[in-house]
Amino acid sequence: MGLHLLEVKSLVGHLIGWNTNPSSDLDVESRIIEKLHIGGIEVWISETVVNTWIIMAALILIALIFRIKMKNYKYKPEGSQNVIELIIESMDSFVKSAMSEKYAYFGNWFFGVFALILVSNLSGLLGFRPPTADLCTTAAITLTTFVLIHFMGIWTGKGSYFKGYLEPIPVLLPINIISELATPISLSFRLFGNILGGMIIMGMVYMALGNLPSILKIFNIGVPSALHLYFDVFAGCIQTVIFVMLSMTFIKDKIAD
Amino acid sequence: MEGLDPRAFVLGCSAIGAGLAMIAGIGPGIGQGFAAGKGAEAVGRQPEARGTITSTMLLGCAVAESTGIYGLVVAMILLFANPLVGKIAG
Repeated sequence: MGLHLLEVKSLVGHLIGWNTNPSSDLDVESRIIEKLHIGGIEVWISETVVNTWIIMAALILIALIFRIKMKNYKYKPEGSQNVIELIIESMDSFVKSAMSEKYAYFGNWFFGVFALILVSNLSGLLGFRPPTADLCTTAAITLTTFVLIHFMGIWTGKGSYFKGYLEPIPVLLPINIISELATPISLSFRLFGNILGGMIIMGMVYMALGNLPSILKIFNIGVPSALHLYFDVFAGCIQTVIFVMLSMTFIKDKIAD
Repeated sequence: MEGLDPRAFVLGCSAIGAGLAMIAGIGPGIGQGFAAGKGAEAVGRQPEARGTITSTMLLGCAVAESTGIYGLVVAMILLFANPLVGKIAG
């Protein structure tokens, strides 16, 4: 009731990376690199946006390279063809086990999502600010899942999709709607919170290691890499698998057949 | 309450609140430990079903984790994007 526009802007701004209060020592919100004015609307190009562009460019480049190489592929695989076939086949079997043989075509979409999230999570290792540590990115990816869930529900279920909201008794309609809206929120916040939490802990570790007395400087050698292994590599990979698996499970649940 | 800077008061209370919000971490900790224990039990009983058990356990762990993540997000908001500071008059 009492939330003013300014406070909402500050709250949302911090979560999605607008720098409205540059007072914290720890670099949690992504920096604004450029402010563009397009038709009277201010568009803020933040670190997240630039990092996402870099990752997208890298992924598109890799895809193009393998698309060109694909012309020379034979029935009997050799070299890079082995790797590509391994990746595609494991993704295919993953989708088939989570959904079903009939909806295996979702693998085309979820492979792209998987690659984007995985590379985003791992980009922290190269010194980037992971784009997934920004609610904007995760909310955008989750929005596509949300649309897919309900599109598939309406497309396959027709009337029974809408009837599902009145079950088991019609009084529960508001609760059913809220539980539908909670799905994308929990999906996006899980990925965002995990990656942001890891990033903040790594930032604090680096701050602490920078202030060590010279006798204890030996800790600078192994400690960050071991923590990166857990927070970036392990948590990043697990959260990617979880995100894709949960998306597929939610879509499968809505499909009526 | 004379001489007390309201901003400092709100910021201090927010820091305490952020700490309290992280108590939410207890729930997922217990839940995930329970799930992992049951998973180990299931693998011990049926080692050939290891792959299915592991993926099911990870899915359950991830769902159990969301309450802890909500606590973390609330703590982050209180620490880095405090909406209460703007409410102070003057």
